[in-house]
Parts: sequence; structure tokens; C-alpha cells
Amino acid sequence: MTTAIYAGKPVEVTDEGFLENPSQWDEQMAREIARAEGIEELTDRHWVVIRFMRSQYEEKGAGPSVRVLGKTSGVSVKELYQLFPKGPAKTAAKIAGIPKPIGCI
Amino acid sequence: MTKRVVIVGGGTGGTIVANRLRRAEPPDELEIVVVDQDDHHVYQPGLLFVPFGLAKLDEITRPRGHQLHRGITYRLGKVDRVDVEAEQVLLEDGSSLGYDVLVIASGAVLAPEETEGLTGPGWGEKVFTFYEPGGATALHEALERFRGGSIVVNVIDMPIKCPVAPLEFCFLADSYFHDRGMRPDVKLTYVTPLDGAFTKPVASSRLADLLAAKGVELVTEFNTAEVDGHGGRLIGYDGREVPFDLAVVVPLHNGAPFVGRSPGLGDELGFIDVDEHTLQSRAHPNVFALGDAAGVPVSKAGSVTHFQGETLVENVRQFLRGAPLDALYDGHANCFIETGFGKALLIDFNYDTEPLPGHYPSRVGLPLLKESRLNHLGKLMFQPLYWHGLLPGRDVPGIGADMPTHGKSTATVP
Repeated sequence: MTTAIYAGKPVEVTDEGFLENPSQWDEQMAREIARAEGIEELTDRHWVVIRFMRSQYEEKGAGPSVRVLGKTSGVSVKELYQLFPKGPAKTAAKIAGIPKPIGCI
Repeated sequence: MTKRVVIVGGGTGGTIVANRLRRAEPPDELEIVVVDQDDHHVYQPGLLFVPFGLAKLDEITRPRGHQLHRGITYRLGKVDRVDVEAEQVLLEDGSSLGYDVLVIASGAVLAPEETEGLTGPGWGEKVFTFYEPGGATALHEALERFRGGSIVVNVIDMPIKCPVAPLEFCFLADSYFHDRGMRPDVKLTYVTPLDGAFTKPVASSRLADLLAAKGVELVTEFNTAEVDGHGGRLIGYDGREVPFDLAVVVPLHNGAPFVGRSPGLGDELGFIDVDEHTLQSRAHPNVFALGDAAGVPVSKAGSVTHFQGETLVENVRQFLRGAPLDALYDGHANCFIETGFGKALLIDFNYDTEPLPGHYPSRVGLPLLKESRLNHLGKLMFQPLYWHGLLPGRDVPGIGADMPTHGKSTATVP
């Protein structure tokens, strides 16, 4: 575990850069994490996905996989990869300040 | 009053549960009905061998009804949907079955049509899957005709049944083309969405080493956007392309279609959301699920279904008595991994412990995470054990629901 500074606040993150405590997250932090992930500007479509990730996390305790995102977020899998080229489920979870999705087994 | 358990699905899970329940509960107290849409029980691990001519479909298929003990009703019919409020299973022929407890053991279905181009030009000609009987047979014919070139084995995305099977396919293909004296003419490539050969670290690195040793190229973090059968290439969402002369694709998997038509029963992909230890539905206490149909964080595999079956039967019995559910599934899975040339390795793991080296089930036993002839023989011997031991619901010595820890080397945990 390490400490990172986002939006001027020190936060605990995992070795892979996921927030340890999702309640510390705010929108300014999301913009800075996105930049660190190579996404200069978060568009409205990015925010659709980020907000969906957070609501899913609050409801179910985990972020959804790409397949589930594609079926339920209103953003197609193709567009998800355009928005988050390095892997939508992982990158969007990181920007949304929620834990790394439990991948596949 | 007689109560009724309806089991949807007469495959591995449904058959084990029905037979174990029948032996435990007298017929005048509990009626057991198994529903399935066809009468072909396929020993699914056998499908891996069909493309290489090492097994034939009729050797791995038996009638479903014959695997069920006397005193179990077998009902041939397609489920339209489940009405969880009315506690009824509605069949497509218009009839319905009320239940006190519903067990969903309807497995996973392949969804090749969800991947662009996969079922388009080239499907069944140079793009195949061995995950269903027809595809496995067609692939056998294609391999026999194959005169050299590039073969890619591609997993579209997880979850899939038996996550090691595509790797085994690579190992067996290496062995197969070697035996035909044409291995140098065949390029084998394994293309996976994962960041390694497998999901669990120790096994992943061991399996990556094996792929390298057998000359199989490994392409990771490849998310297939399109299969271009006409042009012979996989196209990734990130723009990468992998060319092929023959593609062996593991399509996306969903739960059974009736789950999607039953409000409140399953998740977005049609798998049943159950407690990972008790296997009871979180939404409906009289609904249970196991095997590939269950949405639990464990591999979709026969061994998992078998181990879950023991737990589920205990919990259904407790539930019928109004007692707390105290049987807990620990995530135990084990599988033989065919590595070609008459050898196999064995892995054994659960929710908390990843596959480790050592021996199974104790210090004297089959070698774990290591290629051996003994493991290959174990895999071959498993089919008769499946029909005559597992399905009838007998306890098989050494293969219990809880993961054994004796004989494992824990020193190698990173």
C-alpha cells in the first residue's frame, strides 16, 4: 500500500493505484487519476461510465466487468474501449475510485 | 405432506443433486422432478479430445434419464421462465411445475453471435469452437485436412467453462501435429484477454513456461472486437490484429435463456446470484443454484459442480426442515490439465488458496502442478468414475468437497 496525492489530498492506494477507501473520492480526484491514466479530458460519456461504476459499487460492493458494463451502462463495449483504451473495467474503476473489479477466475 | 423439489437441468449438477437427494429423503416425503430440454448428457471434458480423434461423441454421450435413480421424475421439456413469486416453473408447452425448492443447474450457453463476425463468413470452415459437440466434430475434420499454417486459439472473454481447456487444446495440438510429422509447419498462438496464461499466479507462470516449451506463442490482454473469418484475422479493440488460417474460438458464455426471461432470478448475464458458501439465492430463499449456472467467484468446471452438489443437497434438506443452512462450500476446484504426449498435470485450489505444487490428496498421491504420465492416466480413468461414481452420488474416496491441504507445498506462496 502506498500514499498518493490527488486533488491536494493524500489518499491510500493499492500497489496498482486503486483507492483503498472509495469514500475519499471526489470528481476533481477523478480528473487527476484519469490524466495519470493517459485520459486528458473526461467527456460526458466518460462520466456516464464513471457514475455507473460508482452506483454499481454502492449497490453491489463491486464494479462490473466489461461485458456487464456493455449490457447495462448504456455505453457499448466498442465505445467503452474508445473511452478507456487500456481496459474499460479496470481503468474506469480506478478513475471512479472503487476497487479493482474481481476479474475472472 | 409431500414436498417437491424441481431441478432445472439434467447435467452434472442436476443429476448429482437429484440422486443424492433421492438417497437421503424417502419418496413419500419428497418428490424430485428433473427437467431438461434434451436427452443427451454429454461428458463435457471429453469434448477436448474429439478434435484430435481421441474421443468420439457417442463415447461421451449418454441418455440423461438413465443417469437418474429410480423414484426421480424426468421431464423432457423446455423451460420458458420461472415465476418466483408463484413458485412455479413454466414450460414452453404451456404446462407448469410448482415447487417448494427450485434448484437451477441449467449450465451455461455459448453466445458466439455476440462477437462481431464470429458466426459470419468462415464460421464452420476455418473458425470453430470445440465447446459444443457439433463444433468439436467439425473441428476434427478441419484438423485432419489441415496442411500447415497458423492456428490461433482465442478466448473472447471470461467467464468460460473450464478455463484450462483452451490451454489444453494448445498442448494437444502441439502433440497432434508432432505425431503427424508436421509440427514445424504449424504456428500455434494462444490469444487471451487475461494478463497471463491463467488467472492464478503460480499456475499462470507454470503454464506460460509450458506454452513456451511447446513453441506456442502467447498473446495477452487481447480483447477481441471482431473475428474476420474471410480475411483470417482476429481484430482487438486496441487495433491489434492476429492473423490465422484456422481459428479455434471459445465464445462468450451466458446463463440459460429462461433465466433472462424470469424477472428477479439472475444477473445481467443470466447467472444466478447465490451465496458463494451456501449456494442459496440471495433474493429467493427457496431457490438454489450450482455449477456453471451459478454466479459465484469460482471456475465453471465439473469438479466445482460435483463439490458444490454435496453442499447444496445438505442445505436443501436443512431448508426443507426449516433449519439453518450449515453446509459451506469452500470454493474447491481441481482439474487435470492435458499437456500432450501422454502426460497431464493436476491443479487443486479453493476460494482462499491458489493452485500449489505438492501432491494430491495427500503426500502420497498424484503430483500437483507437474507433468506426469500418472495424471494423464488419472484424466482417462475419470470418465468411468464420472458415470459410475460421481453422478450416482457416491462418495469417492480422496475427492471430497473440502480442499485438502496435506501434501501441498505452501512455501512457494509468493
